[in-house]
Parts: sequence; C-alpha cells; structure tokens
Amino acid sequence: MSSESRGSIHLDEAPRTLASGEREFMLDVHTQDLEVNMGPQHPATHGVMRILIRTDGELVTGAQPHLGYLHRCAEKIGENVEWLQYLPYTDRYDYLSAMNNNLGYSMAVEALMPGLEIPRRAQMLRTICVELNRIGSHLVAMGTYGLDIGAFTPFFYAFREREWMMALFEKICGARLTYSYIRIGGVFNDSPPGWLQEVERFCDVFEEKWQEYYDLLVVNQIFVQRTANVGVISKAMALDFGLTGPMLRGSGVDFDLRRDMPYMLYGEMTKQKVFDVIVARGEMGTLGDCWDRLYVRVVEMMESIKQVRWCLDNIKPGPVLGDIPKVLRIPIGEAYVGIENPRGELGHYVVSDGGKIAVRCRVRGPSFVNVAVLEELLPGTLLADAVAIVGSTDVVIGETDR
Amino acid sequence: MNVPMSAVERSNVFYDLLAKFAPAGVPTWVLALTAAGVGVGILITFVSVLAMFSVWMERKVSGHIQCRYGPMYVGGWHGWAQSLADGIKLLSKEDLIPLGADRPLFMLAPAIVLASIFGALTAMPLTPSVYFADIDLGLFFILAMSSMTTIGVVMAGWASASKWSLYGAMREAAQVVAYEIPLGLALLVPLLVVGTLNLREASELQSGWYGMHWLVFQNPFVFPALLLFFTAALAETKRAPFDLPEAESELVAGFMTEYSGIRWSFFFMEEYAAMFLMSVVAAIFFLGGFESPVTHLAREQFGADSPIYQATAGFVLLLKAMFGIFLMMWLRWTLPRVRIDQVMTMGYKYLTPLALVCVLGAGVWEAIF
Repeated sequence: MSSESRGSIHLDEAPRTLASGEREFMLDVHTQDLEVNMGPQHPATHGVMRILIRTDGELVTGAQPHLGYLHRCAEKIGENVEWLQYLPYTDRYDYLSAMNNNLGYSMAVEALMPGLEIPRRAQMLRTICVELNRIGSHLVAMGTYGLDIGAFTPFFYAFREREWMMALFEKICGARLTYSYIRIGGVFNDSPPGWLQEVERFCDVFEEKWQEYYDLLVVNQIFVQRTANVGVISKAMALDFGLTGPMLRGSGVDFDLRRDMPYMLYGEMTKQKVFDVIVARGEMGTLGDCWDRLYVRVVEMMESIKQVRWCLDNIKPGPVLGDIPKVLRIPIGEAYVGIENPRGELGHYVVSDGGKIAVRCRVRGPSFVNVAVLEELLPGTLLADAVAIVGSTDVVIGETDR
Repeated sequence: MNVPMSAVERSNVFYDLLAKFAPAGVPTWVLALTAAGVGVGILITFVSVLAMFSVWMERKVSGHIQCRYGPMYVGGWHGWAQSLADGIKLLSKEDLIPLGADRPLFMLAPAIVLASIFGALTAMPLTPSVYFADIDLGLFFILAMSSMTTIGVVMAGWASASKWSLYGAMREAAQVVAYEIPLGLALLVPLLVVGTLNLREASELQSGWYGMHWLVFQNPFVFPALLLFFTAALAETKRAPFDLPEAESELVAGFMTEYSGIRWSFFFMEEYAAMFLMSVVAAIFFLGGFESPVTHLAREQFGADSPIYQATAGFVLLLKAMFGIFLMMWLRWTLPRVRIDQVMTMGYKYLTPLALVCVLGAGVWEAIF
C-alpha cells in the first residue's frame, strides 16, 4: 500500500522527541510515514474538524488542524440583520452553551446603552440559566471525553442529568438547545410557577450524581493512566496561545473572568465568597495534562451548583425585562464584552453607527483560539494520545467555524 | 480408506446413532463423515443462535448499566428478536468491496476468521457424552485454531486498503503476540493439576467433593492463574479494555472499517463465538466444567447415562460460560480503553512473569502435596 495521497499537504519535518522518556523505544523503529485524514468524518473530532496527521507507525509526527467545514458567516449575518434579530444566530455558534452566547451578545449590546438598567430578577434568572447551561456543557465535555478514551457509560450518565437540564430550559423558554432566552435588556419571560423549586431539586440530585462521575471516570485508574502526563500544556505555553477557560486553568493559571473581571452578579458573589475558581494542581501527573483539564471541568460543575443555589436563595419577584423599545436603535459607539463561557472567554465586539443594524459584529470564540494549540501538542504522541488530546481541548466546531 | 479403530471407538453419539440404523455394508468412513457433517451443522446452528443471544444480552446488559432498557420492541418480550431482525438486515445488505481493496484477500478474511473459531469450537463437548470430536490434545487444538483468527484479522486490515484498517490489523498482530504467551502459561497451571488436555477428561476429574472438586479449589495457584487467563482472554478476544484493533474512537472501526453486511457480521459473530470459547475453556479448566452439586445430584439420582444428567451437565457448563461472557460485558461497559504501549507493557512485563510464577508455584505445590 502506498502512502502517497493525491493533493497531500506537505507538513514540516517534526522533531521526534517525546514528552516522557517512557515510550522512547518507538523511536528506534522507523517505518514509512503515513498521512492520515482524521476527520472531517471521524468519531473523535466531535463534529467536522479535520486534522491532517502524519504518523510513523503509531507515533504522530505531524498534525495540522483544518477548520471551516461548518462556516455559516455568523459575523457577517450580524452586520446585516437588526440587533435583536441576530440573537438566535448566537445560539448556533457554541450550541452546547447557547445561554452563555446569548448573554455575551446581549451584554455587548447593553454596554452601548448607558441608560438601560437590567432588573435584578432578570440578572438572577440569567445567572441561573447560564450556570445550568455551563453544567450541561461540561457534562457533554466529560461524557464525550469518556467516549474518546473508550468508556461508554459515563456518557449516558452525563446525558441523564443533561436531559433534566434541557427539560428545565424547555419549561422556561420552550427550546431545548437553541434558547434565545436571554435578551438585550433582560430575559424573554419570567420563570413559570414552580420552576425555581425544580431547579433546587435538580441541584440536590446533581450533587448526589456528581460523585458517580467522579468515581466512575475521573479517578478511574485506566482513565488516569490514559490522560495523566499526556498533552502537557505548560503555564507559559497556555498564556502564549491565549488559551482561556478550563484549558487555561488546567495549566495552573488562576484566572476566571467571573472573578477577575466580574460582570452581572459575579462581583457580588465573589465578595460573598460564593464560589471558588478551580485551578488544576497536577495531582495525577504533570501540571497541564489532559487529566487536569477534565478535572477542572468536572469540579467546576459543583461551583456552578453553588452559584445557582445562591441565586435561588436571593431571587425576589420583580420585572424581568428592562425598558427596551420595539425597534432598537443603539447609540453610536463600540464595545467589547468578554464573558466566561464553558470553553473560555467568549468576546463580542460590536460597533454601532446609531442605526438599527450593527456596523461591525466580531466574535472571539474560545474554541477557535484553543484549537490552535493542537498543532503544537500532537507531534510526538501516540495515535491514541492524539485522540485524548483533541478531546481534552473540548472544541465545538460550530464555534471554531462560526 | 480405513479409519483406525481407535477413532471409531471414540466416536460420538451421532456416529453411534447412525451405526445403529445404517444398512449393513455401508463403510465406516461414510458413517464417520456423515456424523461429522451432522455434528458440524448442529454446532454452527448452536453457535449462531448463541452469538445472536449474546448480542441481545450485550445490548441488555449495556442498557441496564447505562440507565436504559436496550431493545424493547422487536418480537414483543424485551426485544428478544432484535438480533434476528438485525441479522436479516445484514444478510440483505449490499455487498460492498472497496475499489482499491485486494479482492480475494478481502473476501477470504472473514471466512478464515469464522472458520477458525468454528474449528476451535468442535473440540468443545456439549455434555459429557454429546460431543463432536474427542481430542486428546483438545486444549492445544482450541488454542491453535483460535490463534488463526489473527491471520484473518491482519488479512482484513491489509486487504481493505484503508489506513485505519491497517492500524487496526497491526495492533491486533502486536496484541495477540503479546498475550498468547500469558494465555498459554496461565493454562499450564490447571494442566499441571489435572494432567490432561482432553476437555471431557478434565471435567470428569473434577467430580469429587459432591461436584465441587474444581481446579481452583485444588491448588492455591490456580485462582491467580484464572485471573491472568481471564485478562489475557480479554485481549485475545479483542474485548474492552483491550479492544484496540477496533477502537472506534481512534480507528473509526479498526480492521473492519471497510466491511459491511454479511462479511461484517462474520467478524461480529466471531467475536461472540470467541468470547464463548474462552469462557468454556475457563469453565472447564478452572471452574469444574460440567461439575457442580446439581450435576452430582443428578448423577446420583438418575445415573451417568440418563438424559437428565446429560442435560443438567450441559446446562451447568452453559451457565458457567454465560457468566464468563457476562463478566466480559460488565467490564466492557465500565472501563475505558488502555493505550497500545500500556497493553504491551502489561502483557510482557506483568502478565507473563506472573504466569510463570504461578506455573512454578503450582508445580512445587503439586510436587509437595
């Protein structure tokens, strides 16, 4: 069989160095290099990402991610539809955390409206929804990461709870995936009767079930062996690549936008020490390995529960939508607002010329930035490690391509 | 053509039945061939039904482990006919062979895989007196035949002309070479105790103690050997956590990426037949074979030739084998997959030396007691 593939993209010769000395015996064996397309249709790429990898036996010697299979011109659409009309499009870039996307865009637009006041109940509902959505997103991240490593069952356990979370969202806004619930000026409608109590029940059950994931997957010996010391991102490297979110905290950098650049109610929560920022300590291996990144995500879910509980304790009746006209005309100006998405900093940069339509609508997606690290991480790993590393970046292709 | 008398004497129940009713003058080799044909027919049916049942069981076990029900509709009661429906679907699917594939090898590979596992199963007795081949080197024959599946898998991976398939085939070759050794060594331990490679005799020799004179209870080194054997058997049958040759999240579907329809189902059936085979070997050489208190009681009450005793013994063996299969399924739906270098490390650095220690210990124990 020949490894020549028509129209192959030439990769630079990668150094055959390994992170750990353990697998150096592989270096003595030289075989014909194979160029393999991992994706666009491959179970481990979580969508339609394509990674062109070159392998020497099982050893990956070069990797190049190719994006753009799911490009839907989201930013250009933002410059062609009215302010409010763009909101449903934000649902679609990181479809696992649509609430967070809604919030990021709404807050960017609200930053251009100085007189606007967001009612406190709306802020509470926003926080509850955003944090519940963060739990749902991390559940998928954890479950699919288990699939990548070969453990099937945690995926179903994760979806059991995610299903309830989606049912909660269905009750409050009618949609299960693309919510468009958080609006410019507040939220779309008040919570139905009994909804907050059900959220509380969800929190109780989730805290119980969380231990299951932890025991079944996170501290599973085989799982630890597969992920510890694999795909190590050093602190400096994480900062150089501009990583954010769990990817950054997984490398031991103590940074969370919710605490360090507080928005909405997070400043208040930080003052009351409601939640901690989870930072990896390299417990199972080297600081910044795949296990650390998953650990941050899994433990972060419990912090989200604390935030939801705080909101449930402090929420009071009141209006849920600020004084917003039917046809929005945003004052002249520009604003950048970055919020902490489950995958990192989601930034919206919007420019208004005073009209009904944005002049510029730029999105900084965390997955897009985080995926860049793959080209650096993959060479020198085994094929199975490559899958583990791609999974640990937790990319959502809808967002890298937008 | 003369069939040696010893072979005729040790023939099976089918031969005896045929010999009783056959007209005079029919040569023995015709009878022997006919008996073999009937036996193989029964065996293939038995294993196919068993494989279908195992698939259904796997889906049910995985379903219940994962907070779901598994198949519930086809056939009415708990989706019992689901495997049957899937089998019919697979049979009626288009037979696809990739353009760049090596056609003869591509078509031969599933046949080799399935034929070798069926061949290995011929040495398996169904009950103490219903069997197809009473081979003195029965265990040796089983190991030899089941190793041949590797050739088919490597052939499939190579002939598919797909890079993912090739990875799967190479992994299979490396893995099987690494785990044949501890598998064989672990089996040496009960063999030292029982002293025969014949499956029926091995089972017969464990009939004491009211049917609980199992080899695991006879020598303290047999139980660790059972654990080693089970681990190596998981790797040998490509079951999780050693399912690297088909690792679907890494290699799409490994060596069977390009296969579909009936050819794919051959690989599938082989997997379950191999699981059954390994569980039967474990049951016979570690866990008493046909013997259990129930079997003992049946023999005491009805005699060794009675159909009731035969049925009980067969059922006990089947139950033990099914329990082994259930354990394999349980592990599959609980554990993540190990990496290829970890597989190699485990096989060469831990399992093989441990198995050697067990062989030494068992030998010393047998010499002393």
